[in-house]
Amino acid sequence: MKILVCISVTPDTTSRVSFKNDNREYNPDGVQFILNPYDEWYALVKALEIREKSGGSVTVIHAGPVQHEPMIRKALAIGADEAIRIDVRPDSSHAAALQIAAAVKDQAFDLILTGKETIDYQGAELGAMLAEWLALPFVPFASKLDLEGSRAIIERDIEGGVQVLEVQLPAVVSGAKGLAEQRIPNMKGIMAAKSKPLSVRDGVPGEDLILPAGFTLPPPKQGVRMVAPEDMDQLVRILHEEARVL
Amino acid sequence: MKPSQREDRYQHHDYFQVDELLSEDHLMARQVVRDWVKKEVSPIIEDYANRAACPTHLFKGLAEIGAFGPSLPVEYGGGGMDEIAYGVIMQELERGDSGVRSMASVQGSLVMYPIYSYGSEEQKRKYLPKLGTGEFIGCFGLTEPDHGSDPAGMTTRIKDAGDHYILNGAKMWITNSPLADLAVVWAKDEENTVRGMIVEKGNPGFSAPEIHGKWSLRASITGELVFEDVKVPKSQVLPGVKGMKGPLSCLSKARYGIAWGAIGAALDCYDTALRYSKERKQFGRPIGQFQLTQKKLAEMITEITKAQLLTWRLGVLANQKKASPAQISMAKRNNVHMALTVAREARQILGGMGITNEYPIMRHMMNLETVLTYEGTHDIHLLITGMDVTGLNAFSG
Ligand SMILES: Cc1cc2nc3c(=O)[nH]c(=O)nc-3n(C[C@H](O)[C@H](O)[C@H](O)COP(=O)(O)OP(=O)(O)OC[C@H]3O[C@@H](n4cnc5c(N)ncnc54)[C@H](O)[C@@H]3O)c2cc1C
Repeated sequence: MKILVCISVTPDTTSRVSFKNDNREYNPDGVQFILNPYDEWYALVKALEIREKSGGSVTVIHAGPVQHEPMIRKALAIGADEAIRIDVRPDSSHAAALQIAAAVKDQAFDLILTGKETIDYQGAELGAMLAEWLALPFVPFASKLDLEGSRAIIERDIEGGVQVLEVQLPAVVSGAKGLAEQRIPNMKGIMAAKSKPLSVRDGVPGEDLILPAGFTLPPPKQGVRMVAPEDMDQLVRILHEEARVL
Repeated sequence: MKPSQREDRYQHHDYFQVDELLSEDHLMARQVVRDWVKKEVSPIIEDYANRAACPTHLFKGLAEIGAFGPSLPVEYGGGGMDEIAYGVIMQELERGDSGVRSMASVQGSLVMYPIYSYGSEEQKRKYLPKLGTGEFIGCFGLTEPDHGSDPAGMTTRIKDAGDHYILNGAKMWITNSPLADLAVVWAKDEENTVRGMIVEKGNPGFSAPEIHGKWSLRASITGELVFEDVKVPKSQVLPGVKGMKGPLSCLSKARYGIAWGAIGAALDCYDTALRYSKERKQFGRPIGQFQLTQKKLAEMITEITKAQLLTWRLGVLANQKKASPAQISMAKRNNVHMALTVAREARQILGGMGITNEYPIMRHMMNLETVLTYEGTHDIHLLITGMDVTGLNAFSG
């Protein structure tokens, strides 16, 4: 089984968010970047579990600049066999999917896994676009995945229950919570990662069809407002008119 | 077990960009341990420390991340990393708790290291891989009830009895001893030479009672080692070393880790106090706006930064096998004292909240009292520096 895992890089959740260039561009200064948790905890670990059970190899791919290589090394430290970095700075999932599709279209992967979404932009769209370009079936938000021969049996959490699907491989699947358990890499993995192949390739030409036009921050959090205990009417009015929860 | 409600919001502080002097492996190792501490240690540590119970389940996790003997070779259960990697791992563990760091220090530097350095091939094969995976827990018996700072005066003895030795004596203040599967014990032979040996639990005449009532290192278990006519097969003696060099070389290794570790405790106190000073308001302003609070914070980060630079340099020297025991003494002494001072100042910034276990500062402060004393007391390390610079020995004559 040849498995590809698409990994993305996102700001750490404790990072302070700010924008530059007239609020058109995210400001990465002083921000700590991490592997997107859905990719790392679920898609990658599921791929490793499949390899441990039925053999094969796990390749990770990332479309991004050289500054992201430490995050790629982390994926290798967790256990991926090799990595590909496409040397581009995609501005949208569309651009990233286009690059990844071009890089892997001749490589005959049996299974391509992604996280369900990145925790920054939450687009949840890369998998679908990648599947489209590779002419493969796509199953989003898998919370369980088992292989039976050349098919994958996939469970998805849906409103009020669970949907079970069978999909013919090769396929693209995006992983949600439940698909696997986070693995923290260890020192041996970190040392082993140093000698695993990380190949870099150029991107293909492609126009960015989707460009960010602006960002706005949510209004700053209000401090605590004290209401005197005898002022019940005041409290009810605030909850009703301002908080709109009553 | 009651998990702590307080989220661990720790963020690293690196005022002089010392991180630029670290390699990608060092940074990854540090991040791995930081993530592990946030996930496994922070939510439970206040509860364990409160109950004075050792979170023994963490041994397995420490082994899994590779915190036991990270700088020993992979084939003997280590991680094959360098000394700076070992240092940053200890720093992150102690950022969580000095007791948890002690669990790892003892196993790696005081048990695996002497077996690796002085053990026979057979002893190495038998013990090291299982110590590396945490299947065996070890402890290190040097200190005695009547010989702490002066371990060379030890009275624990072995007597030749043909194919084995008979061991008699007692050790005191031994980290992990009540739950250890084996002890590396230092004792004098009939020629008064200090020898090291591996004594397994279950040996008749060998017991390891727990020491209770500690106000410090409460999440680490401490005990005695009592030997009454214990038969030790000669094959259990470490063949590669004779004399005080054996235990002292282990202590150098562990003290090196403590020099790094103490910075972790200091950083956690500083980080907590800095955040608190921006959130807590008095007289209508954040307390961080008052000059006296700023003086405390500014001095803390200055001292932390100095320690970071000193310790980074010590790490480079250690990688080149050039770090002298006296240099390690200086770093251990400076950094632990620095951490204790930072803890006390940070505690004040939190006012009344500072004395509770809602925040980690008081626990660090109490832990650091042990760290100041064990592995050579604050004053003994001063005398080591004094002897090194004057060439005159204050211990004897
Ligand atoms: C929680 C804990 C865990 C420990 N774990 C271990 C372990 O795993 N293995 C192990 O072997 N030991 C361990 N120790 C023991 C530790 O190393 C000793 O406590 C330490 O070496 C000091 O010895 P002591 O307590 O006997 O104090 P003492 O040596 O009696 O010292 C008392 C005081 O006298 C001072 N003093 C002594 N000699 C001089 C001198 N020449 N000049 C000036 N001042 C002097 C000391 O600085 C100190 O202030 C542990 C201790 C603690 C508290």
